[in-house]
Formats: sequence, C-alpha cells, structure tokens
Amino acid sequence: MRRQFVDALVDLAADDERVLLLTGDLGFNALEPFSERYPERFVNVGVAEQNMLGLAVGLAEAGFVPFCYSIATFASMRPYEFIRNGAVLHELPVRIVGMGGGLDYGHNGVTHYAVEDLALMRAQPDLTVLAPADGDQTRAAVAATAHLDRPAYVRLEREGTGVRGLDGRFSLGRAELVGNGSDVAIVAIGSVAHEAVEAAERLAADGIEATVAVVSSFNPSPADDVADLLARVPAAVTVEAHYVDGGLGSFVAEIVAERGLDCRVVRCGVTGMPRGRSGSRAHLLGLYGLTAEQLATTAVDALAIVG
Amino acid sequence: MTIEASKRANVGHIGSCLSVADLVAALYAGVLRGEPGDPDRDRFVLSKGHAALALYGALNGLGRISDGELAEFCSEGAELSTHPEHTVAAVDFSTGSLGQGLSIGAGAALAARLQHSSRRVFVLVSDAECNEGALWEAIMFAAHHKLANLVAIVDANGQQALGKTRDVIDLEPLGRRFEAFGWDVHDVDGHDAAALVGTLNGFDTANGAPHVVVARTTFGKGVSYMEGELAWHYLPLSDAEYQRAVAELA
Repeated sequence: MRRQFVDALVDLAADDERVLLLTGDLGFNALEPFSERYPERFVNVGVAEQNMLGLAVGLAEAGFVPFCYSIATFASMRPYEFIRNGAVLHELPVRIVGMGGGLDYGHNGVTHYAVEDLALMRAQPDLTVLAPADGDQTRAAVAATAHLDRPAYVRLEREGTGVRGLDGRFSLGRAELVGNGSDVAIVAIGSVAHEAVEAAERLAADGIEATVAVVSSFNPSPADDVADLLARVPAAVTVEAHYVDGGLGSFVAEIVAERGLDCRVVRCGVTGMPRGRSGSRAHLLGLYGLTAEQLATTAVDALAIVG
Repeated sequence: MTIEASKRANVGHIGSCLSVADLVAALYAGVLRGEPGDPDRDRFVLSKGHAALALYGALNGLGRISDGELAEFCSEGAELSTHPEHTVAAVDFSTGSLGQGLSIGAGAALAARLQHSSRRVFVLVSDAECNEGALWEAIMFAAHHKLANLVAIVDANGQQALGKTRDVIDLEPLGRRFEAFGWDVHDVDGHDAAALVGTLNGFDTANGAPHVVVARTTFGKGVSYMEGELAWHYLPLSDAEYQRAVAELA
C-alpha cells in the first residue's frame, strides 16, 4: 500500500507543484522515489512530529500542499492538537500520512499499534479521513483527493494485496460494495477488508449470502451508503484493525441507532489495550477475532441471535 | 484600549496584554509590511494568543478592526475573543494554545524561501511559552535551515500563570540558550518602540541564522498596581481599579 501511495504522490507532484513531502525522519526504502526526483520539495524535519504539523500550516497558508509522513501513531497522536488548531481550524490542504495503521507493526509492540487513530481523526468534522483497503484503492484515493481544499488524514498499511471484487474502486464519502447478499452485511475498513471478503466467500459456501461494504473514508460520511445496506439485512458485522470504540464499529452503531434500523451490530476489532502482545499481523488478527474463519463464525452467530 | 475592552467584557489577561502592547504597536506601526490579503505581506503570529487585546488594539489603530467590531469584544457570538482567530481578516493565524506559533512561523518562513519571496515572518512568544517542548523543535528546525527571514520575539516579562518564571521553570540565561541553538540573539527593552523598530528592521533576513529579540518587558506595564503582580493574569477590573488604570495610562 505504501509503494502505491508513494508512486501516486510522485505522479501528483508532477502535475501539481504545490505538493511537498515532509517526514518525521521515517520512510527508509519507501520515500526515495519522491525525495530523489524532487529533492527541493522534500524535507526531513527530524523526529519532531509536532513541529512538522505546525510547519505544514505555515506552508499551506502560503499555497503549498504539504504531505506529512510518519508512523500512524506518531503522525496522529503526538501532534493531535497541532492538527486540530492548525490544518483543521485554518481549513488548509495539509495531508497527514500515517503508515502502519492498526496492528501492522506487529513485532514492534503496542507503542507502534495505531488502534485509535480513526477515532481521533474522524472526530474532527473538517478533516477528511482516508483508509484504503489495498494498493489500488490507495492510488485511487490519492488521485480522488488531489484537489481537496481541506486537510486529510491518510491511513496506510503494509498489506497491499488486492481485495477481491473491490477492483480499486474509491469514491470519497461512499462505501464500496462487494457482493450483494441479503443475509448479512460485513462492513470493513482497511486491509482487513481482505479477510472480510474471504469470510463472505466462506459464508457463501455454507449458503449464507453476504454483502461486504468497504468503508474507506470519513468526512464526508459514507453513512447513507451504509444505511442503505443495513436497512436490508438483519445483522451486520463490523471489521477493523482498530479499537471497536470510536472507529468503524461505533460509526455503524451510530447509523443504526440514529436511523432506527432493525439490524443487529456485532463489532469485531481490538478490545482492551494490546499491552504485551506482539506478533505477526496474522497472529494479531487471530488474537482479536479478525481472521476470515473467525469473522465467518461471528456472522453465523450473529444471525443465530437475531433468528 | 486594553483596559477599556477588558473592563467592558469583564475579562482578564490584562497584565499579559500590557506587557506586549508597546511591542505589538511598534510591529504594526513600523515593521510589518503589506496589507491583509497580499500574499507577499509579512506574516505575524501572536503565539501568546492570550494577548489578543494588544493585537486588536494595534489593528484597530490601523483601521483593520473597526471600533464597532472592537466594541463587540467577548460579547455573545463575537468574532473577537480573548484569543485571536484567522476568521478576522486582519489576523494571519489563530492561536491560543502555547507552543504552536513558532512552528507555524517557521513553515511560513520556509514557504517564503521556496517561493523566492522577501517577505518576513514575526512570531511573538511569551517567556513561559518556552516551557513547551515543541517550541524547541521549531527553534532547532529554523536554525538548521537557516531561516533568516524568521524573527522570534520573546516577551520576557518574567511572569507566568502560577508564579515568576524563575520560580516555576527558570528560563535564564534565555538569550544564551537561543544562541546555543544557533540563533542570532538581541536583547531589547520591550517598551522602547524606537529601539524595537530599529532592531527588527535591521536584520539580514536573506542570509544567516534566524533572529530572536529577547524583549525585556514589565508585566502589567503602565498601571502601577498591576506591574509584576500575578493576580492581573486573571482578574477583571473593578470600577475603582478601572478609573485608576485609565488615569495612570492617560
């Protein structure tokens, strides 16, 4: 996903000379396609994320579109108030790029798990949040928001393998549907959409028809698309490499409650702080019930509850 | 003006405003170039946003904030609050959370360099604001990138929210600290307008290190019973205090 992001950014910079890339001293073996081609538009600000987001305000006010890169935890949480009082308050086209959303940095431990970044970022009404599910969608999301005149947070993950049936589709403020089953909905965000689609395939093999809704952006909200889907299924399973509170699970629960939909929501994601729990992405997904097999079982259980 | 508006709105931060009133007035009267909206105007960041009234006063003096707008200060729904917002056309940046303005200013200075503009960026920080770690990130960045078009002014009034700076987190020797971080340091009397204007306009803003003026100021300047008194970080004015302050400043 990161490779496609950097490729898309290089393309964007060729068309738009306002584009700058700032990094908080991260991105080895990743950002070079940009830094080597546009050395004068690349600034390593050092390990100083707050300053990076402050700099971005001064740069954007003067007409630039600064992309600010770091690991998702450090890009989102450390400078959060700078983002809020800076790019968001001033309505400037700053891009905050967080690498390794969710449990991506599995062997690095909890300080590197971005499991609340979506909650924090979507809480800012004037901050667009992009959380693509695969490499092709990343490329599409960068292109679709090239001329967005307000700030955006871009949540990247390592996993770039194409989500089957998604085909790189992305529309800002929309949910992309995969399949059209009416038995159950699976609503997913980020690269675990891969597991969600595989879960739907497993369910289909057992005669249960699911629709997967891939949510890849907030603000503008994809609530209408999600509501349309949830209005025609008795149960929905939400899937995210993120705390179940504040992120996609909360978002879906808000929709169901506010619109009075008759749909049972079961939220799958990280519960409790993952202290002392490291391992591969696959291991950690298993720990939190996010493998395809577990998700399929959860969907069957949810349908059993609603009868 | 600060005294009048504070009294009308019944709000505090009076001491902080009076310590920089001379400074901000000098900046607008003799230093900052260009009109609001001109992309090549000098930028000003009031990083110690709680001194907004001093800024409003200077902008009012230039006619960029009307008497009517100023009269609405801190009224219900007013655009002018005790911290400035950029929605006011004459205000470049919104501030109010300490430690953020110098980063914004450094970004603005870097932008000017990238755009080959000779505009300058002035950032007014408080001395207590130097407690904020993020400020030193900006200080290191500006020095490393030799942002000569960036000028920081430290309102060194020695006062912070719960006591004297020397008792809370001692900042001295403040000038030498900036010097050690690679800045061009100047000590100026923050109430001497001519000295301020001369110093601020005298910098080489094309080459070399970023500049800092450590402006020695008096908290609550001009009102005898406020000078150096912590309470005036908070208190609004009683009728008697207001009359006495107006008389002393007249």
